Amino acid sequence: MARHVVGRVEEIPPGGRKIITVAGRSIGIFNVHGEFFALRNRCPHQGGPLCEGLLWGMLHARVPGELEYTRAGEILTCAWHGWEFDIRTGQSWCDPERLRVRRYDVHVEPGDTLAADTPVPGKVPGPYIAETYPVVAEGQYLVIEVTS
Amino acid sequence: MATTLERTTRQARTKPAIIDCDIHNELDSERDLYPFLSDRWRTHLMTYGMHGPSGAIYPRFTNRRADAFPPSGREAGSECAFTSVQLLDEWNIACGILNPLTGAGSQLNPEFDAALATAVNDWQVAEWLDKEPRLRASIILPFEHADLAVAEIERRARDPRFVQVQFTGRPREPMGRRKYWPIYEACATHGLAVMSHAFGSGGQPITGCGWPSFYIEDHVGPSQSMQANLISLVVEGVFERFPTLRVVSAENGFAWVPSLMWRLDNTFDLLRDETPHLTRRPSEYIRDHVWFCTQPVEEPHRPEDLRWLMEQVGIDHLIFASDYAHWDWDAPDTAIPARLGDDVRRKIYYDNALALYGDRLMG
Repeated sequence: MARHVVGRVEEIPPGGRKIITVAGRSIGIFNVHGEFFALRNRCPHQGGPLCEGLLWGMLHARVPGELEYTRAGEILTCAWHGWEFDIRTGQSWCDPERLRVRRYDVHVEPGDTLAADTPVPGKVPGPYIAETYPVVAEGQYLVIEVTS
Repeated sequence: MATTLERTTRQARTKPAIIDCDIHNELDSERDLYPFLSDRWRTHLMTYGMHGPSGAIYPRFTNRRADAFPPSGREAGSECAFTSVQLLDEWNIACGILNPLTGAGSQLNPEFDAALATAVNDWQVAEWLDKEPRLRASIILPFEHADLAVAEIERRARDPRFVQVQFTGRPREPMGRRKYWPIYEACATHGLAVMSHAFGSGGQPITGCGWPSFYIEDHVGPSQSMQANLISLVVEGVFERFPTLRVVSAENGFAWVPSLMWRLDNTFDLLRDETPHLTRRPSEYIRDHVWFCTQPVEEPHRPEDLRWLMEQVGIDHLIFASDYAHWDWDAPDTAIPARLGDDVRRKIYYDNALALYGDRLMG
């Protein structure tokens, strides 16, 4: 499980999205009412660019004529055929028994933690240390975990 | 959302070549046609606008693939260079047939309809065929007026990049009716196929029972109008009169074809004396003269039934179509499932269309 910094928090305002490539996978990062979610940008139906589609809500009718619109901004529809997926879980609402899109946890972490020295597994520090300059890591960053 | 594309040839080398029999080239607006209209008809268009009977329902939020809008901000499917990269390069389409759906062909003013059809065809030549050698096109016709339509066919027939003429899904009369015969005669003479593309209306509702309420009824409805057109073409004797005529059905589905042939044959055996001009059973005309575009591929609840279904229609008469850049398009690599086998897939993706269109496609 590798951790990838995918952007600054301010890059994706509420309602916004950013599509990035991580470890060879196209992934969409979304800000839904201040919460961040990430889904694989590939629809399991015909392979369309899922994360370029519309975000909207769920429309129910318990009985004909009584409409209920819920979860505004939390249902992602594929850019090709409009198949619907829950942005929180990747669950399909088009064929829920069979289909699900890979989802990834998105963490918000402060830059100074991310920039801190971390040991590299399997590596021993060498004898030389090059001249360095301080890098200030301000603000909050978005981090996702992807299995390679 | 506009999409930026990078040209790549990596994909093309590893995918089998495909012939795509239904690609939509769109106008960004009617202004795209101004350079191809005379002063008289350009002024008419600007002053009076287009007027046809009401017809198909296309909801504004779903009529295009959301990722098919070029960076220029123009309409999806309205830029040849973008279509070349996003569709032809990406999926190794060796040859693709354009079907513009523009309002030409259904204008109430006959002379304006003819001028508009000519302009659309000139636009196809200048903006598409001359720019992209992999493209072919359908001739747009003022098909409700056979004399004007035949004049347009004569104007285009020498250009081999035009492979067929286009009818909308619901002309004002069923397609076999006598008023359309001069068009079929011209097509037979010049080796052009006749395509009926779903939707578009000469004023008829999508159902035989009147106007429905919902888009879904419109979207699944063309099987009804194409059945009516096909029955009419057969029983009016069009294929007796023009034995080399080929008809192509686009976006109308194909799962209904077997049951229509069974019913027609059984009833024909009982009522032969009503249509003595027919020398063969109805299904024989359909099997010999009619091809069906695959999109949207029918999806049986038991996926293994698809092969049986295709065999009943006739695997040699199914031709692949993507319907790019409409929202309900079929992605070329997944539309015809791998379980059908390489032999069937090669026929549907390539061989059948080549046999159907011949030299006009690859000449």
